[in-house]
Amino acid sequence: MLNDESTHNDAVIEVDGLTKNYGGRTAIADLSFSVPRGHIVGFLGPNGAGKSTTMRILAGFLAATSGTVRVAGIDVADSSLEVRRRVGFMPENNPLHLDMRVKEYVRFRGKLKGITGRRLKERMDTVLGQFELERVSNRIIGQLSKGYRQRVGLADAILHEPEVLILDEPTIGLDPHQTRTVRQLIKSLGKDRTVVISSHILPEVEVTCTQLFIFHEGQILASGTLPELSKECPGDISVVTEIAAGMEELRSVCEHLAEVREYHLAQVDGAFIRCSLTPRSGEDLRPKLSALAAERHWPMRELTQQRHTLEDIFVHLVNRRKEGDA
Amino acid sequence: MSIWWLLTRRELATQLFSLRGYVIIAGVQFLLGLGLMVVIDALNNRPFDMPITEKFPQMEFFWLVLLLVSPLITMRSFAQERNTGTLETLLTTPVRDWQVVMAKFVGALLFFMITWLPIVGYPLVLRQYSADWAGLSWGSMFSTFLGISMLGMLFMSMGCFASSITRSQIVAAMTSAGLGVGLFLVGYFAWNEQPQPGWSSALLRQISLMDHMRDFAGGIVDTRHVIFYVSASGMFLYLTQKVLGTRHWR
Repeated sequence: MLNDESTHNDAVIEVDGLTKNYGGRTAIADLSFSVPRGHIVGFLGPNGAGKSTTMRILAGFLAATSGTVRVAGIDVADSSLEVRRRVGFMPENNPLHLDMRVKEYVRFRGKLKGITGRRLKERMDTVLGQFELERVSNRIIGQLSKGYRQRVGLADAILHEPEVLILDEPTIGLDPHQTRTVRQLIKSLGKDRTVVISSHILPEVEVTCTQLFIFHEGQILASGTLPELSKECPGDISVVTEIAAGMEELRSVCEHLAEVREYHLAQVDGAFIRCSLTPRSGEDLRPKLSALAAERHWPMRELTQQRHTLEDIFVHLVNRRKEGDA
Repeated sequence: MSIWWLLTRRELATQLFSLRGYVIIAGVQFLLGLGLMVVIDALNNRPFDMPITEKFPQMEFFWLVLLLVSPLITMRSFAQERNTGTLETLLTTPVRDWQVVMAKFVGALLFFMITWLPIVGYPLVLRQYSADWAGLSWGSMFSTFLGISMLGMLFMSMGCFASSITRSQIVAAMTSAGLGVGLFLVGYFAWNEQPQPGWSSALLRQISLMDHMRDFAGGIVDTRHVIFYVSASGMFLYLTQKVLGTRHWR
């Protein structure tokens, strides 16, 4: 299930048998995974599933109880400082020094990360421009909106051009507009480096990430791309269509379609009827339906295949784990 | 070195660029001003045959400043950063734990010294208003200031330690006040009691802050005292670093 065996040669994060105990409680247990270079990876799971703990260990803030973690080929336990130079980390809730001015803070952080002189100035100009912070660069961070603060946090994380960017719940607490902006920023950051983000909001990671790790009670339940994870979920994928036709006529058509196992019809508004059809054997019903509508001259205004949402996948995986345990 | 200095400057800046810092400075000046009045009073009313700095350790205001103000200076250092989460952003940059601890400590100590700085002007005031100027010697002035720095070192390191074990500034302040007052009271009893035979009385005298300060204020720089303060501060800073390290296994 886990793709930990397939340790890529270009894996930028390699985790093997990682365990972390917190005061008698196991936060993460025997975690193994690897993240290939150049992906945006999502850690997904409910609060307390071990996402933040894993990220803190990757960023060198915490040490593991057992197991090994290598970031960019460097062991986190042996050379924590070296790893920190290659990792940009934004913790949960994006803590900042609220009493400092934006520019002052970015300069301070740059110096802390060992950037000096002309390079510091260049990097500051770059990140302030990249995150559109020039306009507020002389304002005190505490007076900025949450969206701007998030940008300051991201600017700080990217300042030293890290190979790996780790962002813990980067869009939490933002309004929808800010969320969209931050999401776009993250996508743009992922173009030339590896980004790991965590979230407990399912659609969040769905739109941003190319690869997902589903966390539950300190373990990874599944990993892969969204289509790969969808396959883990059993059950057929139904098709929904809205067609303007007679109810009886539609019913008899559905009855006689060999590929349809189940169907459900409902009048929506005007002449349109919403049909939800479940195929018999995982077949895609859409071509058939559109051909049928064209043949009979039925106006059609919708034809969609229902996908498994991450929510479905998550619930399914958790249930399967529980059954396995029982 | 440069990172340590960067952090130290940041530490000092948080004190000096905040209203809180100036409230502390004002409070210290108020208490020391009251102390100065006592000294002037003593100078004018009685013949004075000892260096007036010796009045210092007997002055309640002096100890009040140390015991009350020190916790206020250090309570923020780690507790605030832990509480807001900035400790996490700090410790995920390539800095070593000891650099952070030393920066917090030295930053606090520098601020502590700044709050005391105006007493350098007191001799001038005394010269202006007192008939008896002979009681002031530069040597005892220097050793008094050295004593104050030594006490500052100890109290700042205790405060950093207290601040490192909690995320609440209030708890940090109370812990360091508790440690400070406890240590002071132990010495206070030793000061008031006649020396008894046996090791316990001797030990009490060795750790009596008032005894130490009496020597410093009298112009005596006793290396035993210096070693006491340096090693006790070192111990608290070592403990602070250890506490910071417990995040790895706690």
